[in-house]
Parts: sequence; structure tokens; C-alpha cells
Amino acid sequence: MKPSTQAKLWYWQRISAMVLALCVLIHLVTILVAVKGGLSGAEILARTRGSALTLVFYGSFVLACAVHAPIGMMKILSEWTALPQGAVNALCAAFGAILLMVGITAVSGVYRG
Amino acid sequence: MQPLSVSLWRGTSNGQFARYDVPRQPSQTILDVVTYVQRHLDSTLSYRFACRVGMCGSCAMSVNGVARWTCRTHVSKVIKGNTLEIAPLANLPVIKDLTTDMSAFFDKWAKAKGQFTGDQTRDDAFAIVRPDSEKRLEADAAIECIGCGVCYASCDTVTWKPDYLGPAALNRAWALVNDERDVAQTERLKAVAGDAGCHACHTHTSCAERCPKGISPTRGISALKKLTAKAAIRGELD
Repeated sequence: MKPSTQAKLWYWQRISAMVLALCVLIHLVTILVAVKGGLSGAEILARTRGSALTLVFYGSFVLACAVHAPIGMMKILSEWTALPQGAVNALCAAFGAILLMVGITAVSGVYRG
Repeated sequence: MQPLSVSLWRGTSNGQFARYDVPRQPSQTILDVVTYVQRHLDSTLSYRFACRVGMCGSCAMSVNGVARWTCRTHVSKVIKGNTLEIAPLANLPVIKDLTTDMSAFFDKWAKAKGQFTGDQTRDDAFAIVRPDSEKRLEADAAIECIGCGVCYASCDTVTWKPDYLGPAALNRAWALVNDERDVAQTERLKAVAGDAGCHACHTHTSCAERCPKGISPTRGISALKKLTAKAAIRGELD
């Protein structure tokens, strides 16, 4: 992989890590603060259904995951396995696409209720 | 005082440890111990040293499993029980006994563009660099490297990725990045970016912990990651 590409990937991993740090903090605090009558699916969906804030927040969370995790996975596979770089890139791109797809499906689910 | 029980590596990478009894002395250094063996017990022992005062960087060895400059390491600080195990530096090929081949180590300094490149001649006036400028202070923090190889031998990333430039070469590049007179900065950033360069560093900080001069190559490497990322986003590394 070209050094300039490596440097750009490092940049995007850093930016997505910053977003993730903020999202994880808000997510955990919200759980602690918002749970009143038990953590039931009905209670959660009642709050998230039709909420634009939920859509934007968890949409950003999913996007940051889909950027951050495959770049880290790429590093691990390159260093720990003998796979050729092309195969590593393809696997990680697929991993990122799956994360994005599953994440968007979940966010869409809690938004539509 | 009970003599020291010293195990020294003998042979090449396929060698083995040999045990020697060395008289204990006050203020004795590891280099004193090795020198005693070579001068009194076995003259065929090979090791490398020059200045004996922590300036030249040639006497580094692995002492009880930790890379150290032996001329400034007192026996009393590192001894375990009454035994010492002294081996050649890790991550470098062994020539014989305690002597390693440091060619790859210094070749990587050249690969990291560790040479100063100026554009002035002897007819030009002296460059004026403020001693308290941010860049000068950064260069000061990195410039005292004596090239002993302790950081390189302590780096796990070098162990599992032999083409990684390593902490010393990247620290040298960082010192020159902060040299306001140098005109090869883009080429240097291209040389240190990528998975054999600064982006391979996992920030274990073994280099910073063990550097006998108190330099933190990790800090310089982190700064190089940021600089190369900015340059890549601007398209300067293509």
C-alpha cells in the first residue's frame, strides 16, 4: 500500500476514533440517565420511534464504526497473517460494508419502531 | 566479597552462554565486567566499546534481558541475586559473541532521509535560528541520540516487522523535520510514511523507557504520523 494511502487511513482512523469516543460516552450516559422503568424493548422504542436526534446520532455512530474498525482490522491482518495485501484490503472493505449495512438496518429499525 | 557469576553469550546466533566468575569491585560497570573477562579469563571474547563515558554509543548489550549502555550501567543497579546474563543486542545479526552487525540499523537512518539537506553555500551568511523557537526546542529534544541501538533492540515492532525503520531512524528524521534550514522536508515525509515507517509504530514506548539519553522517539513518531497525515490530505505525498 502506498505511504500516502497509509497516512490518509491513519487520519481517518483518528477522526473516527474521536467521533466514537464522544458517541460511546453519550450512549452510556443516556442508558444510565434514561432508564426509568427497566430496560425493555417497548420502552426504548417509545423514545426512539420517529426521533430525528436518534437517527442522526446513531447514524453517525454506525458510520464512525464502519470507518474505524476495518482500518484497524487491516493492520491486524497485515501484521499477523501472511495474506497478500490485496486480499486483506478486500476482506476489510467487505467487513466495513457489512458493519455499515447491519448498523443502518438497526438504526432504521429503532427509528421506524 | 563473593565473585559475580556472569553468563556471556559466545558464538554467533547459534551460540550459547558461557559462565565466568568475575571479582566484585566498588562502582563496577557492566563494561568493566566484560573487559575483565576479555583481559583475564578469555582473550577470544569479542565485544565493542570506545569512549567508556556514554558518548559514542558503541557498547550497548542486553543485560539480564534488557538492552542497556554498558559503560554507564552499574552492576549494583541491575544484578539479580549474584548473577548477570550478558548477550548481544536483540533485533540485530550477531557477528560474534557480544558484537552485532549494525549495518541494517544505520542503513535505516539513510532510508528515513536522516541526512541534512541544505541550500546555502559557504558564501552565505549563517542561518539564524532562535534557540527558544518551537522547532528548535523540538530538535533539541531529539538531537542527543548517540546511535547506541538500545531503542531498536527494545522495539517489539522491529522484532516482528524487520523492515520497519525503527525508533532511532524516525527520531533522526523528526530532528531534521524541525531543522528550519533543511530543504528536503517533503522527501523526508514520503520516506517515513507508510507501514515500514512511522505508521507501523504501536506506541509501546519501550524505546522511550529504555533510551539512556532520555529521548522519547515515541513522541517524535507520533508527531510524524500527524505531519504525514496532513501532507497526504494536501496531496503532497503522491
